[in-house]
Amino acid sequence: MDTVNLAWLLVAIPLASATLLLLLGRASDRWGHWLGVLSSAVPAVLAIVILAEMLGVGEDQRSTRVHLFDWITAGDFTVRAGLLVDPLSITFALLITFVGTLIHIYSVGYMAQDPDRRRFFAYLNLFIAAMLLLVLGDSFALLFVGWEGVGLASYLLIGFWNQRTDYAVAAKKAFVMNRVGDMGMLVAMMAMFATFGSVDYETVFGAVEGTNEGVLTVIGLTLLLAACGKSAQVPLQAWLGDAMAGPTPVSALIHAATMVTAGVYLIVRAGAIFEAAPAAQLVVVIVGAVTLLFGAIVGTSKDDIKKALAASTMSQIGYMVLAAGLGPVGYAFAIFHLITHGFFKAGLFLGAGAVMHGMNDDVNMRQFGALRTVMRITWVTFALGWLAILGIPPFSGFWSKDLIIEAAFTGTGWQPWVFGGAALLGAGITALYMSRLYFMTFHGKARWHEPGQDGPGPEREPHEVGALMTVPMIILAAGSVGLGLVLYQGVPFLGFLESVTGTAEPAPVLPRWLLITLTLVLVVLGVLIAWRQFAVREVPLEAPRGSALTRAARQDLYGDTINETLVMRPGQVLTRTLAATDRYVVDGGVHRVAGLTEGLGQSLRRYQTGYARNYAATMLVGVIVVLVLVLATRV
Amino acid sequence: MSLTHYLVLAAILFVIGALAVLVRRNALVALMGVELMLNAGNLMLVTFARMHGGLEGQVLAFFVMVVAAAEVVIGLAIVVAIFRTRNSASIDDVDLLRN
Repeated sequence: MDTVNLAWLLVAIPLASATLLLLLGRASDRWGHWLGVLSSAVPAVLAIVILAEMLGVGEDQRSTRVHLFDWITAGDFTVRAGLLVDPLSITFALLITFVGTLIHIYSVGYMAQDPDRRRFFAYLNLFIAAMLLLVLGDSFALLFVGWEGVGLASYLLIGFWNQRTDYAVAAKKAFVMNRVGDMGMLVAMMAMFATFGSVDYETVFGAVEGTNEGVLTVIGLTLLLAACGKSAQVPLQAWLGDAMAGPTPVSALIHAATMVTAGVYLIVRAGAIFEAAPAAQLVVVIVGAVTLLFGAIVGTSKDDIKKALAASTMSQIGYMVLAAGLGPVGYAFAIFHLITHGFFKAGLFLGAGAVMHGMNDDVNMRQFGALRTVMRITWVTFALGWLAILGIPPFSGFWSKDLIIEAAFTGTGWQPWVFGGAALLGAGITALYMSRLYFMTFHGKARWHEPGQDGPGPEREPHEVGALMTVPMIILAAGSVGLGLVLYQGVPFLGFLESVTGTAEPAPVLPRWLLITLTLVLVVLGVLIAWRQFAVREVPLEAPRGSALTRAARQDLYGDTINETLVMRPGQVLTRTLAATDRYVVDGGVHRVAGLTEGLGQSLRRYQTGYARNYAATMLVGVIVVLVLVLATRV
Repeated sequence: MSLTHYLVLAAILFVIGALAVLVRRNALVALMGVELMLNAGNLMLVTFARMHGGLEGQVLAFFVMVVAAAEVVIGLAIVVAIFRTRNSASIDDVDLLRN
């Protein structure tokens, strides 16, 4: 166990690179992007070495704490900064560095024309460092540092093209909504400190047994709030769609594969707390089930290819949260789905980026169609990702999603039927919206028009993208095809995770073969509907008015409206009232006192004439008055 | 000669001195007015000393004379200095405090 002591390099290398690139500025423009790629690739290699070492020892020795330094020492409160390298965190580290490196390489091509490409890579490296710190930290405090770091990187990258006001606003929206979740994280940490006197995993999880269930429920719910903010779960889901303003590699890396899954990591990591608080656990499952349907419904109506994928991400993370809320029966499945999703969704996003590249940065799918004829590689890789997210056997989504559906059907009473039903229905809707997206983009008739003032504008000439972009897409597509099968059948990946997460055999209320059949029937049904509607029939260039549900879904099911009515407007009224109070009561009082003093001074000023004889006269008069007074009182 | 005569004379001298300070613009005349007021005071001191048969008042009159001499030296020095810079001995021209 030697390399594990170098685990700090995983965080340090990308962080150093980000610092260097930001400090050197324009001087590193020519080679900065390659440094960025390298400082993501080196941690990937390091993570593989650590994994190999971990596999070489017995199951009970795979968890290592690496002490770095004493971070906060105040009285008897000490926070030690240390890394926790165990199967769960190394799985994440591998996903982050591997997918991260591929997306770095893709970005070299994607951002080739951007004058600020070096700054982009600095932010990407910053993100990699923060995300690795998030998953590797051995206490909630260190996790929180990474948590905020990825929030910052996400903000910087969503607003990377901040010369456009709406992009900058989208970045701000993501930042603010994430802060709401962070409040949950802070409250949870304070509650932990008040209850356990510490915030590091070992102490907290060790002390869970015998702690008041009410306290644990509060901690669990506030942790869930944090997870909702970071993972765009209902009710804090509204920022993810707008976050698509960032460059597409950012959407692939941060808003699909890694950062948005941090909430799932948090719930799985804090599993001990949730298991001891069944009420909080139930809320987690409900949030997951609601979000998976919410995202899926929104996804069916979006014409913006990236926003449709964002809705899909939301829905897929809903699946993971649902599984994570089920307890030991679902933890490993949640992480399994997280890994396969990381691959196929990143691949789908990169495909969308390639399509945008070929179509002059257009995102409106109504102006795509028949792109399979000109973008062969993008088409094939995208189709493989599509089959993976659909859950068609033997593509990787099938294995992970099927396990989650099975786990959702496990339990007693009404719960398996409701949650299992939601998961099953979600699979059908997923097939519908992903097929719609796929067919609208790559099949049907070509509709490659520039958007014109009235009617379609001149035709475009889409083209395939370069090798720097296609190679990462091909590798991710290979992952979409085989990763699920390899991890499920080839290597004991679930067993590897279960040494950390614990295990329980799912016992669905319906037989397994029936669930698989039902899922596949729904998926095929979804594909067929989408095929009839969006590949066989002509897709109108203008979106039809649609049913009430379609219109609601186009508006993100009124998520923004709800936020504005419930939070923003009352908040504005409150701030306006406070501002008025400040101006008229506090400031007004001070100004009134100042005005009085000034008026007094002005009237006294008239007696200061500057003539010596006036003063002499005043003195004389004063003396006489004093004299008269003295004499008058004596008589 | 009763006490009243001395007191009335001292009062007249004092009023003349005070009026000179208040009314005349010339700094030299104003200083002379100040001297006149001081001497009115001296006259009173000496008068009361004679009346009570003590020496304290007479001693105090000497002190006043010494202080008055010192004061008038400083006053004259200021007047000379002002005259050099402003070419005027009028008190009303020295009104920098006004602004």
